[in-house]
Amino acid sequence: MAKLKDLASMEDRLVAGHGMCLGCGIPLIFRIVLRATEDPLIIANATGCLEVCTTIFPRTSWNVTWVHSAFENAAATIAGVESMYKALKKKGRIPEDKKIKFLGVGGDGGTYDIGLQALSGAVERGHDIVYVCYDNNAYCNTGGQRSSATPLGASATTSPEGAQSPGKLQRRKDLTKILVAHNIPYVAQASPNRWQDLYKKAQKAFEIEGPAFLNILCLCPTEWKYDESQGIRLAQTAIDTCVWPLYEVENGKYKINYLPKEKKPVLDWVKSQGRFRHLFKEENAWVLEEYQKQVDEDWEELKKLANL
Amino acid sequence: MKKETWKELTIGTINLDAGNSVKNLTGTWRSGKKPQFIEENCIQCFFCWLYCPHSAIRVEGEEVKGINYDYCTGCGICSVECPPKEKAITMIKEEMKLAGGSTE
Amino acid sequence: MSTLKTLNGNQSIAEAVRQIDPDVMAAYPITPSTAIVETIAKFKADGLIAGEFVCPESEHSAMSVCIGASSAGGRVMTATASQGLALMWEMLYIAAGLRLPIVAAIANRSLSAPINIHGDHSDTIGARDSGWIQIYSENCQEAYDNFIQAFRIGEDLKVRTPVLVGLDGFIISHSMEVIQVEDDDEVKKFIGEYKNVFPVLDTSRKMTVGPIDFTDYYFEHKRNQIEGIENAPPVIEAVGKEFGLKFGREYGFFEEYRMDDAELCIVVMSSAAGTCKDAVDELRSEGKRIGLLKPRIFRPFAHQKIAEALKKMKAIAVLDRSSSPGAFGAPLFTEVRSALYDYAERPKIVNYVYGLGGRDIKVEHFKEVGLKLEKIAETGKVEEIYGYINLRE
Ligand SMILES: Cc1ncc(C[n+]2csc(CCOP(=O)(O)OP(=O)(O)O)c2C)c(N)n1
Ligand code: SF4
Ligand code: SF4
Ligand code: SF4
Ligand SMILES: [Mg+2]
Repeated sequence: MAKLKDLASMEDRLVAGHGMCLGCGIPLIFRIVLRATEDPLIIANATGCLEVCTTIFPRTSWNVTWVHSAFENAAATIAGVESMYKALKKKGRIPEDKKIKFLGVGGDGGTYDIGLQALSGAVERGHDIVYVCYDNNAYCNTGGQRSSATPLGASATTSPEGAQSPGKLQRRKDLTKILVAHNIPYVAQASPNRWQDLYKKAQKAFEIEGPAFLNILCLCPTEWKYDESQGIRLAQTAIDTCVWPLYEVENGKYKINYLPKEKKPVLDWVKSQGRFRHLFKEENAWVLEEYQKQVDEDWEELKKLANL
Repeated sequence: MKKETWKELTIGTINLDAGNSVKNLTGTWRSGKKPQFIEENCIQCFFCWLYCPHSAIRVEGEEVKGINYDYCTGCGICSVECPPKEKAITMIKEEMKLAGGSTE
Repeated sequence: MSTLKTLNGNQSIAEAVRQIDPDVMAAYPITPSTAIVETIAKFKADGLIAGEFVCPESEHSAMSVCIGASSAGGRVMTATASQGLALMWEMLYIAAGLRLPIVAAIANRSLSAPINIHGDHSDTIGARDSGWIQIYSENCQEAYDNFIQAFRIGEDLKVRTPVLVGLDGFIISHSMEVIQVEDDDEVKKFIGEYKNVFPVLDTSRKMTVGPIDFTDYYFEHKRNQIEGIENAPPVIEAVGKEFGLKFGREYGFFEEYRMDDAELCIVVMSSAAGTCKDAVDELRSEGKRIGLLKPRIFRPFAHQKIAEALKKMKAIAVLDRSSSPGAFGAPLFTEVRSALYDYAERPKIVNYVYGLGGRDIKVEHFKEVGLKLEKIAETGKVEEIYGYINLRE
């Protein structure tokens, strides 16, 4: 098992001086993911917080090859890089033994919503790529608009709570399942607070031949509105409430990687975040109940799929 | 910082100076509180290093040695996640600073 | 030794693709360019090309794959038309901004609504400000020749700009013609090895490609980009000459037809120029001093050369196969008219929009234009500066 001390001695591929907010969860994810392969790496990043906060010209936080072209096409862009790699290998212009890993990265907006088609296409075509979605539940870079990953009842700037509305009225999209339905070799959900689990999953994703998809819970104190020092605790709550179950699907086989000793109520997840504050109004009590029901349903189904 | 003319720029909007954002000192964002490292309490678990969003934990010779205040934004995650009962990182009050400098 | 082959426009492009064997080809089907994509797929299936053929789920992704592949470092092409080009729109600007010499064959087709699969220039002309070099072809031979030259032009180290080659949907894409296909080896030699500029696959250099600019750098980066297309004219000229020396068909910015002693001129691009030549011949035999100027390169627009060629005319009609609703004339017209502005004595100049959605333009239509020009030249008066050809009024 990897030791943090050893990981800490590896070169940073995403360095200090980036502009992400106090307590932002994005760097925590990539501190681990970018260490999960020692091969040369090329990243295609969708527009979003990570891209914007790391590349304000003339400065860059990337100590690894990194490409950005647009918001909805990180998967297609990295597929293009990978295609050229394959072509040049075949034509003998890249040595046979030269290994490069290809990583597409997008937020939930760039992955669940506007980039879903490009991602679906790229994994269906079977490019040898890893795609990481950092799911911070909203379009954070543009000020916290709803995405299809925004949970039921959360107030987002395009699904605001108000006298006539309890926040977002729809259930989250289950993107991980959609990726599973593509029958690709590897799909997993992870969270930065379980760093060993995340590290193993990222290693697997890079090692496996063919497309692999990681959906990673990403803390966003700015849009979730919680005390930024409590982020890792909150991620723990997300997995203990089963709001964000940790599991993987390898060649179609489900495995749950974290079983809470005692499944906590969704209330625990909701209560410390300002985006859910209005759910404690009497008239919105049903939303929390509904949220709990949905989480329970999903968890039961997942356990069945994993033969538990 | 001298800014390039259009003729001096690399074609195709490319930045060839990998990792040069280390020149951005995000420590200037801190306001009100900062972490303090108490070496004798440290169990070298590296959680602070793992969870610091701004790569502000100083690691030297395979050991956590303290905080790099050039980058530390004072979010407090390291202190919350520091496992020992007698924490090796605690948050302390810090005088307000002027942007870009330090009044310490 | 070149061989004569009977090919339509799409097959001519595909034939050039087979000879060039780009490293990555990524394209999505749409009428009338579908056959280009299908033919490339078949070439790949038959082992006739070694490059990677990628068949993405949309044109937006096709252009995104091209952008990823081109920045990776290698020769890249695509083909599309109409709605497909429209769906690529966002990425066209990005390909140009990243200075990627992608080559695209566009079987020009109208834009919806109403949906229509036939030829006009709304698609590529609409993309005129995206930063791509634009070359238009009169027939299958030109489509083949232009497509080959496009790689040399775009990949030139001073240019490094994407290039699109237009061939009129159906009129060229689907019409059979006997064309000279050059030897595979000669075409390969003419194009040469691909020269890399900051290839991403060279991982020893850790580059940040396509970062975000704020107000302090965006303008400089854009100006830097503009330099590429502004460096293109001498390259276009040299490549056209070299092509002529090697294969016997020389190309420039435009073609002049019977312009020597002309007083009247019709300016028209692409396949309609062929029909126009017949009309010019007939009008000439009736004693009218009329000629044709067929722009080949629309971007960069050879404004000085075109103005020089036209300045002595008494009257000019510019024919556009696209419209620019609400503008003072259609795009080719505004370019030509503006190019002539600096001359103290300027020709009279009118604009006709023709052929939208594949509407025919025939010899008699050009002859009518010729007679109108004659009248303008005689009276010195322009009654209507802007009109339509073969439209039910
Ligand atoms: C085609 C297009 N539409 C909209 C935008 C504006 N935009 C940029 S980033 C963004 C939201 C990004 O959200 P997400 O993918 O979740 O990443 P995050 O900012 O949360 O990291 C939006 C709406 C854009 N750049 N391009
Ligand atoms: S808005 Fe949220 S995700 Fe974006 S940088 Fe700030 S904390 Fe991170
Ligand atoms: S307070 Fe935050 S930024 Fe500062 S060292 Fe601790 S975790 Fe890093
Ligand atoms: S988290 Fe605390 S105990 Fe662990 S290495 Fe950091 S300072 Fe030391
Ligand atoms: Mg997001």
